[in-house]
Amino acid sequence: MSTRQFGEPVQRNADPGLLKGEGAFIDDISLPGALHAAFVRSQHARAKIRSIDISAAEAMPDVVAVYTADNIGALDVELPMLIPHPCITSGGKTQRPLARDDVFYAGQCIAMIVAVDRYAAEDACSLIEVDYEPLPVELDLEKAIADGAPPVHDDIPNNIAAHFVQESGDADAAFAAAEHTTTVRVRLERSTAAPMECRAVAARWDGVSGELTVWDSTQATISVRGGLASLFDIDEDRIRVIAPNVGGGFGQKIMMFHPDEILVPFAAMQLDRPVKYIEDRVENFIGASQERAQIHEIALAAKKDGTVLGLRDSFIHDTGAFIPYGIAIAQVASTSIAGPYRIPDIWVEMTLVYTPCVQVTPYRGCGRPQACFAIERALDRLADELGIDRTEIRRRNFIGPGEFPYKRDGLLFADGLAVNYDSGEYEKALDLITGTVDLAGFRKEQEAARVEGRYLGFGIGFYVEGTGLGPYEGGHVKVHPITGKVYVTTGLTSQGQGHETVFAQIAADQVGCDVKDVIFVEGDTQAHEWGVATFASRAAVVSGNAIHKAAVKARARIIAAAANMLETDEDSIELRDGRAWIVDGNRSVSLAEIATASNPLRYAFNEASQTATQFAPASTHDGPPLAEGQAPGIEETDYFSPSHATWAYGVHAAIVEFFPDICSMEIRRYLCIHDCGNMINPMIVEGQVMGGIGQGIGGAFYERCAFDDKGTPLAANFMDFLMPYATEVPDAEILHMETPSPLNPLGIKGVGEAGTIPVSQVIASAMEDALAPLGIGPVRESPMSPDMIHGLLSEARSRR
Amino acid sequence: MKPALFDYVAPETVEAAVAALAGDETARPLAGGQSLIPTMNFRLSTPGRLVDLGKIESLRGIAVENGSIRVGAMTRHRELEAHGAANAANPLIGEVLDNVAHIAIRNRGTVGGSIAHADSAAELPCLLVASGGTVSVQGPDGSREIAADDLFRFHMTTTLDQTEILTEVRIPALPPATGYAFEEFARRRGDFALAGVCTLLTLEGSVCREARIAACGIGARPIRLAAAEDALRGRVVDEDARSEAGEAAKEYMTAPADTQASVAYRRDLLAALVRRTSETALKRAGR
Ligand SMILES: Cc1cc2nc3c(=O)[nH]c(=O)nc-3n(C[C@H](O)[C@H](O)[C@H](O)COP(=O)(O)OP(=O)(O)OC[C@H]3O[C@@H](n4cnc5c(N)ncnc54)[C@H](O)[C@@H]3O)c2cc1C
Repeated sequence: MSTRQFGEPVQRNADPGLLKGEGAFIDDISLPGALHAAFVRSQHARAKIRSIDISAAEAMPDVVAVYTADNIGALDVELPMLIPHPCITSGGKTQRPLARDDVFYAGQCIAMIVAVDRYAAEDACSLIEVDYEPLPVELDLEKAIADGAPPVHDDIPNNIAAHFVQESGDADAAFAAAEHTTTVRVRLERSTAAPMECRAVAARWDGVSGELTVWDSTQATISVRGGLASLFDIDEDRIRVIAPNVGGGFGQKIMMFHPDEILVPFAAMQLDRPVKYIEDRVENFIGASQERAQIHEIALAAKKDGTVLGLRDSFIHDTGAFIPYGIAIAQVASTSIAGPYRIPDIWVEMTLVYTPCVQVTPYRGCGRPQACFAIERALDRLADELGIDRTEIRRRNFIGPGEFPYKRDGLLFADGLAVNYDSGEYEKALDLITGTVDLAGFRKEQEAARVEGRYLGFGIGFYVEGTGLGPYEGGHVKVHPITGKVYVTTGLTSQGQGHETVFAQIAADQVGCDVKDVIFVEGDTQAHEWGVATFASRAAVVSGNAIHKAAVKARARIIAAAANMLETDEDSIELRDGRAWIVDGNRSVSLAEIATASNPLRYAFNEASQTATQFAPASTHDGPPLAEGQAPGIEETDYFSPSHATWAYGVHAAIVEFFPDICSMEIRRYLCIHDCGNMINPMIVEGQVMGGIGQGIGGAFYERCAFDDKGTPLAANFMDFLMPYATEVPDAEILHMETPSPLNPLGIKGVGEAGTIPVSQVIASAMEDALAPLGIGPVRESPMSPDMIHGLLSEARSRR
Repeated sequence: MKPALFDYVAPETVEAAVAALAGDETARPLAGGQSLIPTMNFRLSTPGRLVDLGKIESLRGIAVENGSIRVGAMTRHRELEAHGAANAANPLIGEVLDNVAHIAIRNRGTVGGSIAHADSAAELPCLLVASGGTVSVQGPDGSREIAADDLFRFHMTTTLDQTEILTEVRIPALPPATGYAFEEFARRRGDFALAGVCTLLTLEGSVCREARIAACGIGARPIRLAAAEDALRGRVVDEDARSEAGEAAKEYMTAPADTQASVAYRRDLLAALVRRTSETALKRAGR
């Protein structure tokens, strides 16, 4: 047998090219004669537009067109409500490409300028006069839903965008039976994904063929194509959407439609010139989707021994000025709220609030970091109140390995199906992490350090993550007759996750070739036109299994053809090194020869086609060269549609040293376990997890989209919106556990978002532990800035 | 984020540069560009003409002589940071520069640019004030010397005229029996500090004969913390003295609250940095 690639730390295929600067991001795609777009954006959070004067801008020599809501024809509409839900008030408010009469957040697009270059376009932006009538705003989530608060949308009372309750079991009964209850209020701030490449769109209209090509830095090429076809009323076959190299997305690029991605193609068609828009950093901070702000009030009903009987959580979710993504984030938060714990009785209430800020759509983690912070903070509190060790209380509540599948009837996940955990070894993960950290040894060290006036702390956080959502993805596997390379496609897009490597590993295992001989293509509607998109930690699970299924079928065809060519039976064929071999023999035939021979030929182009004729025919049948029902070549397509989400989980722990005089801390050790089932490539798993931890550190300490009380963004550049540098991200120790998922042939679960989820909890928990001798109150907010810590320490001092 | 239209000239002498500035009120010198170019890209500043100082050889180089370190204005941060003789004469230099931005920025940013830019949170101006340095400037009417105490007016504003070019920065060598320390707190490594403190303690036996303490990030410009100095001068710098110095420093904190720090936190932070740096300086003075 050839060595199995699945499970090997195969080097990432795409990296050498990217590292040498050979990548092609949208700004690298040169379109001769291209025009460049820039946007005039609202200066106010909420205002009526009295008038827009574009005359001076239009008169500029280098300006080709100025668009406002008045001259974009059929595009002057509210854009689609992507994920409707009956609980959304009046069907939900969505964004328009360009503001008409009203602006709803500072940064909203009002006009688009198309000019010969971006310099001229920006010059022209400053010449457009917008006369605003500013309206009052309320940014505080709780005040915004109070009676009399200024409305974001006039017809939405109390700014409530949606209200929904989910229940599993009987929480009232659990609370009635409780020996102890704990209530905790936590708050997380608004943040943003800040991908390294901001939004970017280029479009070319070919008037002769009637074809529109759009390069979009999106996570969802197929969906963008569908949306464009419907908005422009052109046939889908006439639109090709390509996501070339994409410099990060983290969910921000799953959102449809940002105004640019329809207005740029529109202008290209109108002006019959290629048009490009490369969003700059300020625009990304004020105009691209954000996420995270939630306030939870969570209560646990428990027995004295720490067994949690019931959970009630009522939370407010900031959805921004629009709700194009429906309740997805809040729904994920509400269904992740009970974590890996048995907790049989659950009641969760969500209230989604319109605020005069850019819309909220998923950002890596998508509601899970918030849910994790809420339940884990509450559990730490419960442990402290009951005098039980924080790790022990978790142990007492874990769902045991024998209890799967573990269903929470009544809690519907983002796929519309009941939460149903498929597998996990939660207690084993706890043992592994506390053992590796040597918690008992640490407690002694902590004691000794306290005597010296040093403050060490240990923190831990668990999470579950529903991954691999449907509905489906496809996989296509073809062996090229000329080169013998294996061509694999799917309908996803990549933002650097390593798809090209892991999918090559999956395909290579079946067809018996080297990973390097797999050509993988995605992010191009012309290469693969059925599928959904990259989001929700679903790529490996859904496309991975689809590619696996297609490759299994291709393998069968290769073996059948090879058996014919080598005049043996199928059981005697093995595939390795790009060839089919007779087991225990030295006769073989290459994949190129097999693919060539499987395609009834007229011309012999090369050696493979000549040598193919030396073998017996690939297909033994009478009649015409292609038998009825037979397809030429080695080519297979298959689809994978998961029955429901597969639930990954993990645990992080940290040891920190805290310096109270400057209100800062140092992470001494950071450990992580993420169990994503069978690992296709442990190195890529580590990379994904590590990147997630980096983003989680950002969430825990730094990332805050601050606004003043007028709604003006205060963090619209990298000096004001802080992201961790490499120097701020600890060198995490990543431990592995593999509990296969029974829900898919490869036994895999998602990993993309995992790393971000528990970091805030881990840090908060460690901080409380470290500062316990100083008597600080509970840590209830994230990010945890030195300023906030200073407040906690001052409070503690004044209490003493 | 594209700058507005501007003219660009790159003269080869200071005289020509001064002339180029004098000819256009909106002209600005361009040094390493690490502060000026971002503000232009944000269109926060729109100079009509950039006078690039990069081709003026006489503005470069480092010389250590007569107890002073002379640094040409166009010397890159990194050149000074790596300069053996300069750091031997005053090791505070390397300690301060290690906190200025990141290596890539220090490779481009210049010593003169940092000082002329006069960001109230910048480290080099603080060093200059703490150590009692001076600068030379040249304008249409010739050159003059400005002592650090007279140079910084407020955030991003010096006493230089628009037509003047800062040509040289002079940092005194560390006096004998003097311990030094610079410490700052920034949210991330390399960021502008929420507060930074530069401390120089000269000992006579176990008593502090002279103390020079300056801070950045806590007001409109780098500030000598005279009351904190007084708390140490003539005393044994023990824990009590250091605490008193820290407390005394708090009154100099005039920065308003911002998105990163409240007034109360910054005051306490300043006090902590005074305590920390005076402890380190004390240890080093003893060596
Ligand atoms: C990400 C980042 C982080 C940073 N962090 C820090 C930090 O922590 N601490 C810090 O101190 N700085 C920091 N900086 C700023 C950096 O140190 C700059 O290089 C420095 O402040 C300006 O030096 P420059 O040579 O780049 O000057 P430029 O940007 O070219 O010029 C700055 C200003 O000074 C004027 N000027 C320059 N030279 C002269 C001269 N010889 N005579 C008269 N006027 C002159 C210019 O006209 C301009 O107004 C950071 C910069 C970046 C981009």
